[in-house]
Amino acid sequence: MSPRPFRLRKISNPPIISGFKPYRNKSVDEKAEAIFLQYEEYEALRLCDHEMLNHHQASLLMAVSRPTLTRIYSKARQKIAEALVLGKQIIIEGGKIYFDSEWFSCQKCGCYFNNPEKQTEIKECPLCKSSDFSNIGDVINS
Amino acid sequence: MKVAITSTGNNLESKLDHRFGRCSYFVIYDLETKGIEFIPNPNKDAQEGAGPASVQIVASRNVQKIISGEFGIKIKSLLDSLKIQMIVIKEPEKKIEEIINMLNN
Repeated sequence: MSPRPFRLRKISNPPIISGFKPYRNKSVDEKAEAIFLQYEEYEALRLCDHEMLNHHQASLLMAVSRPTLTRIYSKARQKIAEALVLGKQIIIEGGKIYFDSEWFSCQKCGCYFNNPEKQTEIKECPLCKSSDFSNIGDVINS
Repeated sequence: MKVAITSTGNNLESKLDHRFGRCSYFVIYDLETKGIEFIPNPNKDAQEGAGPASVQIVASRNVQKIISGEFGIKIKSLLDSLKIQMIVIKEPEKKIEEIINMLNN
């Protein structure tokens, strides 16, 4: 039997930096071990501790189940705690994820466009102002 | 509101450049003042990292929309986080003037 398919995690806001370096005594080797914080763990941490959502709301935003979100989140906390305690650098990269923004295609002028502001709804094509457009789903895969 | 369009040349007769990061010129069009500015792209022949460098140029002009033929994978997530709207036109023969006229309608 093949294992259950892995659900890609949805990332709404990618991090603006790619990691953190510890501030320390020069005598310690600069190229010490690094902790790899995955994108999905960063996103879980952002949703739960920065946007103050509960695990259920966060899991819906990342398109995974609530227990999975909790698992990702506790992994994120463990990694960050380890980095702080042992003075390791944190590198944010990797993870099975895709970036999210909704994409639309206009039937009148044939262009494609996305909606970067999730709060506001798009009412017309930004180019030809026609209202004849349709959602083509989340197509960007990482 | 300002819109960036990728162009193959520095006049209104030029055609849309289908690449974003390595286009020849950026056209910055201001919808309120109708001002048009052509910026030559220094990343035209860059080996790598042309996309993010181009985003920096365009984002420093505070544009809210970018019109091009295609956006690379590095750019999409970057523009998503900057909340800049991407508009993809699949007709390579479109002139800058036509696009500006469409925006004005």
